[in-house]
Amino acid sequence: MTTTSLTRSRGAGPAGDKVFSGATLAAGCLILAVLFGVALFLVIQAIPALVAPGAEIQGGAGFFAYIWPIVIGTLIAALIALVIATPISIGVALFISHFAPRRLASGLGYVIDLLAAIPSVVYGAWGAAFLAKEISPAYNWLASNMGWLPIFQGPASATGKTILTAGIVLAVMVLPIITSLTREIFLQTPKLHEEAALALGATRWEMIKMTVLPFGRPGIISAVMLGLGRALGETMAVALVLSSGALTASLIQSGNQTIAAEIALNFPEASGLKVSTLIAAGLVLFLITLAVNIVARWIISRHKEFSGAN
Amino acid sequence: MTATMTPTPVRKRSSLTKGQLPKAAPYIVLALAMVIGAAILAVVGFNPFGWGIVTAILFAAGLVGWSAVVEGRRKAQDKLATCLVSGAFIVALLPLVSVIWTVLVNGIPGLIAPGFMSSSMNGVTGVFDNKAVEEGAPVVGGIYHALLGTLEITLLATVISVPVGLLTAIYLVEYGADRSLARAITFFVDVMTGIPSIVAGLFAAAFFFAIVGPGTKTGAVAAVALSVLMIPVVVRSSEEMLKIVPNELREAAYALGVRKWRTILKVVIPTAISGIASGVTLAIARVIGETAPILVTAGFATAINANVFSGWMASLPTFIYTQILNPTSPSNPDPSSQRAWGAALVLIILVMLLNLGARLIARVFAPKAGR
Repeated sequence: MTTTSLTRSRGAGPAGDKVFSGATLAAGCLILAVLFGVALFLVIQAIPALVAPGAEIQGGAGFFAYIWPIVIGTLIAALIALVIATPISIGVALFISHFAPRRLASGLGYVIDLLAAIPSVVYGAWGAAFLAKEISPAYNWLASNMGWLPIFQGPASATGKTILTAGIVLAVMVLPIITSLTREIFLQTPKLHEEAALALGATRWEMIKMTVLPFGRPGIISAVMLGLGRALGETMAVALVLSSGALTASLIQSGNQTIAAEIALNFPEASGLKVSTLIAAGLVLFLITLAVNIVARWIISRHKEFSGAN
Repeated sequence: MTATMTPTPVRKRSSLTKGQLPKAAPYIVLALAMVIGAAILAVVGFNPFGWGIVTAILFAAGLVGWSAVVEGRRKAQDKLATCLVSGAFIVALLPLVSVIWTVLVNGIPGLIAPGFMSSSMNGVTGVFDNKAVEEGAPVVGGIYHALLGTLEITLLATVISVPVGLLTAIYLVEYGADRSLARAITFFVDVMTGIPSIVAGLFAAAFFFAIVGPGTKTGAVAAVALSVLMIPVVVRSSEEMLKIVPNELREAAYALGVRKWRTILKVVIPTAISGIASGVTLAIARVIGETAPILVTAGFATAINANVFSGWMASLPTFIYTQILNPTSPSNPDPSSQRAWGAALVLIILVMLLNLGARLIARVFAPKAGR
């Protein structure tokens, strides 16, 4: 559009344009290549574990028997995290967007973002050294009073290093993610809707129920799914907090394991087929989180007005 | 409420505010809840945490109950929602305060131990730790090697990610328009944001195992793993920043006959540079604390290794992880956990400084208005 006879003779010729746009295009394609590379190299390195005779895989019963308990464990831990984090983060997001004084709101948002800034290994250390110790009396209480529920079956772990503790730490870690996304969506509620509700005499809570929550529902769902993706792949909190073991129904006994923690605990010393097994486990984790994320992004993109959410 | 004309005018209330709680109602209920809560806790054994919980429950119940009696059901529901939402915020703050407090209390003794910042763990064995516990000798060993490793790996990751991420963002904003390739890149960048960090580590490991040879673990592999995590963050934040550069600036440059690439380099990027720089700083802050990808790609070392291209390399997160999980002296883990908490404190300080730096950059280099 600018290549007129006026500019053609100037120093920086059309070559500059070609080189520069070519470089940007290459960078974009590199990203696509990297993502396909992730999938490709994981598959290549994982194949030996998938085709190896069952007896050579850890556990001696093949890859499938090895992977399914830790897939279930991963899902349990992520589910606990979401059950705890979702209501709290929606509450926090509402507090910042509609309840807190306007002048404080952005500062409070920053405080919640600090939660996201703390490295995961520090959360893991905190969960192992502080939370597990403080929470184990509660587990004893649960075991003796609610023990008839399979998930609270005793005897409770004496150290408190259980899947429930790991789930609580995960909840703390996904909370800022869900909060910041839902907060953005709540802030995008059309002002006219809110004011119309208030003008009809609605209280603040009725206004939120009638305008903010219905408007934000798809956004909340996708924020929760992005939180789920994070919780599924989080490694350190589980690796440090959980004293792992076989799959158990009780949440307050030691036991269970997640894919990410299994890889982190075993990969540094692994060799040969064990490396392939762990990479195959990573591939399974990749596919699960990929599916969760694609569904979440699809929900967001269906509602284009939420695209400002991140 | 039948006697509207009470003889004492002081107690008369306007009909507009009739059926409302007095302004001081929350404070009255709070004071009562604190007193009653303390009384209840005194019976079963006092502790501040329990007191806070009991007070909060009593406060909510008291305020909502009073409101239901005086103001009716709808206002009471509103009060209940307000209490729940504010309660959620306080609950969310508890872990933040607790984590920072735990790290400060446990980390400061480690941080002020002599030689903590200037020595490595080379040659530090369980014997020294046993001596430290049993005879009160100073805790030896430090984080110099880990700090060096973290800085080098993060720097290399930044050097890889920033050009790629920034150029991609420029492509998406300036050249992509609505082409299907641009849409595909946007979509997959979003997907990449969700890659679990350990999978990024496994990818880099698998890549180098296939290219260089099995068991290749160096700082460079870790830097590649961190780049996979960092690039999408850089792309997203730079894209947002480039988008808000006003189109009038570009059109003014084109009208003067400036070529597109020079417009981008001389007009668009300088305008957005503060946002881009703070986005990059936040991306660094995000990856500097990543543990899992470094664990599977760089291993862990106890000695100083300044070469990212050969040999295992330590980093602060993996240092914390190994010191907690495999203490140097299994019989006396206290010195190890002291070092781990000291390293955690250093790591948190680094991350907080980066976050603060991002805000400062955004403010200081923001384009001046009205020029």
